[in-house]
Amino acid sequence: MNKLCSMREAISASVKHGSSLVIDGFTHLICFAAGHEIIRQGIKGLTAIRLTPDLVYDQLIEAGAVRKLVFSWAGNPGVGSLHALRRRSEASSSERLELEEYSHFGLLSRLLAASAGLPFWPLSNYQGGDIARVNPSIKTVRCPYTGRELATVPALHPDVAIIHCQRADAEGNAQVWGLLGSQKEVAFAARKVVVVAEEIVPTELIREDPNRTLVPGIIVSHVVHEPWGCHPSFVQGFHDRDNDFYVKWEDISRQPETYRAWLEEFVYGVKDRQGYLSRLETGLLDKLRAKARVCAGVDYGY
Amino acid sequence: MATETLTGPTASERMAHRAAQELRDGDVTFVGIGLPNLACNLARATHAPRLFMIYESGAVGAIPERLPVSIGDPSLVTDSLAVVGQADIFQCMLQRGLIEVGFLGGAQVDRWGNINTTVIGDYANPRIRLPGSGGACEIAVHARRLLIVMRMSKRTFVETCDFVTSPGHRVNGRSRQELGMPGGGPTRIITDLGVLDFDTTGEAVLAEVYPGVTPEQVQQACGWSLRIAPTLRAAPEPDASVLRLLREKLDPKRLYL
Repeated sequence: MNKLCSMREAISASVKHGSSLVIDGFTHLICFAAGHEIIRQGIKGLTAIRLTPDLVYDQLIEAGAVRKLVFSWAGNPGVGSLHALRRRSEASSSERLELEEYSHFGLLSRLLAASAGLPFWPLSNYQGGDIARVNPSIKTVRCPYTGRELATVPALHPDVAIIHCQRADAEGNAQVWGLLGSQKEVAFAARKVVVVAEEIVPTELIREDPNRTLVPGIIVSHVVHEPWGCHPSFVQGFHDRDNDFYVKWEDISRQPETYRAWLEEFVYGVKDRQGYLSRLETGLLDKLRAKARVCAGVDYGY
Repeated sequence: MATETLTGPTASERMAHRAAQELRDGDVTFVGIGLPNLACNLARATHAPRLFMIYESGAVGAIPERLPVSIGDPSLVTDSLAVVGQADIFQCMLQRGLIEVGFLGGAQVDRWGNINTTVIGDYANPRIRLPGSGGACEIAVHARRLLIVMRMSKRTFVETCDFVTSPGHRVNGRSRQELGMPGGGPTRIITDLGVLDFDTTGEAVLAEVYPGVTPEQVQQACGWSLRIAPTLRAAPEPDASVLRLLREKLDPKRLYL
């Protein structure tokens, strides 16, 4: 079935007021285009879930789209803080965001449980520290075989997962290479999956290299073709991270006024991703475009 | 060239060099960004060419050709031995017990090597919201040896952490063994003034100082009454070749130095 549609259609069909949502990616393949479209559509009350909420989650928070954040590490990776998050989570804040906090493996285990159709997942972690003390969802169980006490976390089924990939076919069979993050677990855990791709390719090409497929089309509801949809994040083999932007963001986001002005210009002030890209500095995309490092082919013969 | 005079080591260079000394050739190491990353690459360029670097973003056996700007840099993928999902990193590498050395830093550390990267102040009403655990909590639980790398001040070396994100040798009066933690816990705290070891009870003890630093100065920068080893070792200083390597090759843009 052909599931191709625009980002606007994919977001309005899948993300509702009050949805729980993951825009996944671990520094790599973070779909900023999807976050910006959610802001433009004025969707509110979201429970935003991700191990590493970063700039696009902070932008969703600043725009007032997020009610609750479920996370394990929140920052501007390699640079500094998320300032909208800090403004809404410190004692001085008047409009506090609800936070539910894990370690990376704790939150990942919630997604593993959901993706495996199990009610919880055991892990060897959290002994004695304060994370389990402040998060009542983290409990313990005694192993029925060894008697050992293990931490447990409950399955987490996000309403929607948005997964960016290098290439997909129109049915949503999505191929990813480079850092895989938790894209697979997030996709299998979610009730609805939107795949966003740098390239839409014929199904024959997917079938030629089936080991590369991380998310099968049978769990995908919408497919969006959005090249450069991850800027300023990176896509292995397509473009590098725009690190200058991440560094500059520290200053832009520190003051609510400059933060709002940026959102006005690059999110509210444009119609879609093409509009965003056309506002970037001339020559920037060429500068970020990846140099080729093609690996040798694989023989699938038998 | 050989006659060129180099400025002396900065605090960061001292710490990166001292941390590199802790790494043995072949160690399977969980690498963090910043000084740990520099320390690992310095060790690999000098005495530990077969250091096996694993990044929590999924790169296994990485040899980054540029200094990664974050823990998830694309240069970690290129030339790695394997790239796996994060579930595999945490389950099959860390929880499975494959990691010999982990590195952590934080906003606060206490005498037992507990680390706080979550909040300053009360958890429900924090004065400062920090990034949180990430993988730090599980690295502290599982790494066979944990190295803590932090600059020393009364603000960071505290009597009691406001929040224990990553457990050290004793948490709320209980030992790692009582709590059932598989990893060995912190072995050293590498600071800009000297190095703290841990005694058999799990308490940090000042064991090394850099040239020109007195134990009194270290105590001044520590928020608890610091135990001092009967004989202090001299912390090794980076020589000119190491400084050149750090400044010209490993971090030419001075991202972390």
